[in-house]
Amino acid sequence: MNELALAIPYLGKNNPKAARWVVLLIALVAPMIAISFGRSWVRILDFAMLYVLLAIGLNLVVGFAGLLDLGYIAFYAVGAYTFAFLGSPHFDIHLPFWIVLPMGAAAAALAGIILGLPTLRLRGDYLAIVTLGFGEIIRIFMNNLNYPINITNGPQGINGIDPLVLFGWDLSRPIPVTDDFIINPLFLYYYAFLICVAGAIVLVQRLQVSRIGRAWAAIRDDELAAKAIGINTRNMKLLAFSLGATFGGVSGGLFAAFQGFVSPESFSLMESIAVLTMIVFGGMGNLAGVIVGALLLSALPEVLRHVAIPIQQALFNDVLLDPEVLRMLLLSLAMIFMMLLRPAGMIPAHSRYSRPELLGQEAVK
Amino acid sequence: METLLQQTVNGLVVGSVYALIALGYTMVYGILGLINFAHGDVLMVGALVALTVVQLLQTHAPDLGPVLTLLVSLGVSMLVCMIMGYTIERLAYRRLRNAPRLAPLITAIGVSFLLQTLAMIIWGRNYHTFPQLVSTMPLQPVAGVFITPVQITILVVSALLMVGLVLLVNKTRLGRAMRATAENHKVASLMGVDTNKIIASTFIIGSALAAVAGVMFSSNYGIAHYAMGFMPGLKAFTAAVLGGIGNLAGAMLGGLVLGLVESIGAGYIEDMSFGFLNSSYQDIFAFIILGVVLIFRPTGLLGERVSDRA
Repeated sequence: MNELALAIPYLGKNNPKAARWVVLLIALVAPMIAISFGRSWVRILDFAMLYVLLAIGLNLVVGFAGLLDLGYIAFYAVGAYTFAFLGSPHFDIHLPFWIVLPMGAAAAALAGIILGLPTLRLRGDYLAIVTLGFGEIIRIFMNNLNYPINITNGPQGINGIDPLVLFGWDLSRPIPVTDDFIINPLFLYYYAFLICVAGAIVLVQRLQVSRIGRAWAAIRDDELAAKAIGINTRNMKLLAFSLGATFGGVSGGLFAAFQGFVSPESFSLMESIAVLTMIVFGGMGNLAGVIVGALLLSALPEVLRHVAIPIQQALFNDVLLDPEVLRMLLLSLAMIFMMLLRPAGMIPAHSRYSRPELLGQEAVK
Repeated sequence: METLLQQTVNGLVVGSVYALIALGYTMVYGILGLINFAHGDVLMVGALVALTVVQLLQTHAPDLGPVLTLLVSLGVSMLVCMIMGYTIERLAYRRLRNAPRLAPLITAIGVSFLLQTLAMIIWGRNYHTFPQLVSTMPLQPVAGVFITPVQITILVVSALLMVGLVLLVNKTRLGRAMRATAENHKVASLMGVDTNKIIASTFIIGSALAAVAGVMFSSNYGIAHYAMGFMPGLKAFTAAVLGGIGNLAGAMLGGLVLGLVESIGAGYIEDMSFGFLNSSYQDIFAFIILGVVLIFRPTGLLGERVSDRA
């Protein structure tokens, strides 16, 4: 969690060890603070964790390897629907979580490979448009594959998806400690997601300083030069793309289990754009930036609901812009102005991973 | 056989609209190497502005007659889109011309969503019925094929516009400057071409074409909607790639081929897939074509550019 710790102002530079503990502490107590504002805020935190996972995955593709993926949410959808197919009354299959989640991840990775294979040897722009189209195709299939054989149940989506059950422990059941103190399932899911996020952070950080991570950085900075020094650019790009897709698939599966139902509505293009804005806003290629961006922007709709409506009512006696529209407006403006004014994001990635002398230290430690 | 002929006519009509939009993509790509994601949304704004003007004219000047009403609204929407195209280029893209290549792409996506959101605020989320100023009643069938006056108008207008554009690019001073800028910015500017002005005019011309395409699209299907630009935009881009991006003739050819494949495919998809897929899957054809072209012939049908340059 080095980068995360370093992102804390002052303390991060002077005492990284303490900063690391602070980050951990904040992450652990966050839901307890959130519950004092109401249960819906804990729910937002849960979703924020899923968005963090998505953002970390997309950052692998966009931030590390420099490939613009505009249909990222499609992999999330693949993961979620795989989970729904294999763990719900829809087909009456109830496989255990330990099988379903990897299946979802594998399905997403496979989709990534199929999509990436033809496009990744071309200029990056084509990838952007092909992924955009892929997101749309997935949505068309989700909406229409209820006829003549009902596979996806169409626009209604699939209900009653199995919750997370870890070692026989059902996370969706509240735990009564005493009569008036009950641990809400929202908390349990938060910590389960937090573990996933922590795992993802460790994995991605190790990856970034590895041979693969350096190859990605080289490709991002100058593909021709990367090729010239003997990097197999196509395979490396494919790896980044499918690994990003895997992250999407895993968070999709977690989403399906947490939410209990999936429908095509959750996987609109707007969601892909929202995740992209998170990493653009936070700082492409920087793990801390990406996480901060995801946390800030995933809370945005809720904050707008609580802030924008009262303000508008006070000013105009009417709600002129509903929060959903306002969110789209802010996201699109954020994307444009971040690129124009601060293209590296709020917390810019430092280039130390492209400098071998620093890299050596990092790898030895 | 009659289905085939009928779908061919429909395909040519849709294809010529795609071709007009694809021209906008391909011109900008040829000169800047940028996929202007906002192009489809310029089309949407064109259609919605025309809708508003038509509604205004119909209430305030009802005796204008359908043809004049359509022409006035088309003129206004072209003007609005030209101004918008210029503004987008000036404010969002010009500063990023030398930035890393991801930056303008992300900005373009942002502009696209900004336009959609603004349109949603102005015109609402609902589908609007677009007034049928040119009749959509089919004429007397010829060889069993129905064709409507609006379809004929679309074919004629887009043919005229394409001929006009080809003449503009190949015969005029502006066109020569555009070709020079596409070839090499630096050298063109050394030869006294004001490249900024040329790039701006490329955006303006492309936006005007998009406005016309938007009005035609809405007249043909009878609807206008804040998100209507997305699909035609994506398909027109496919058409541009199919024809060879950066190549004007390629964009036109690609548009027509895509329109034909799509509508003939939609006519037969149910038989082809043994009843498994129906015509709600017709949007998929564009992507299948895109995939096939990118795998086997990434330079497109008429493309001469090397597309493997990072």
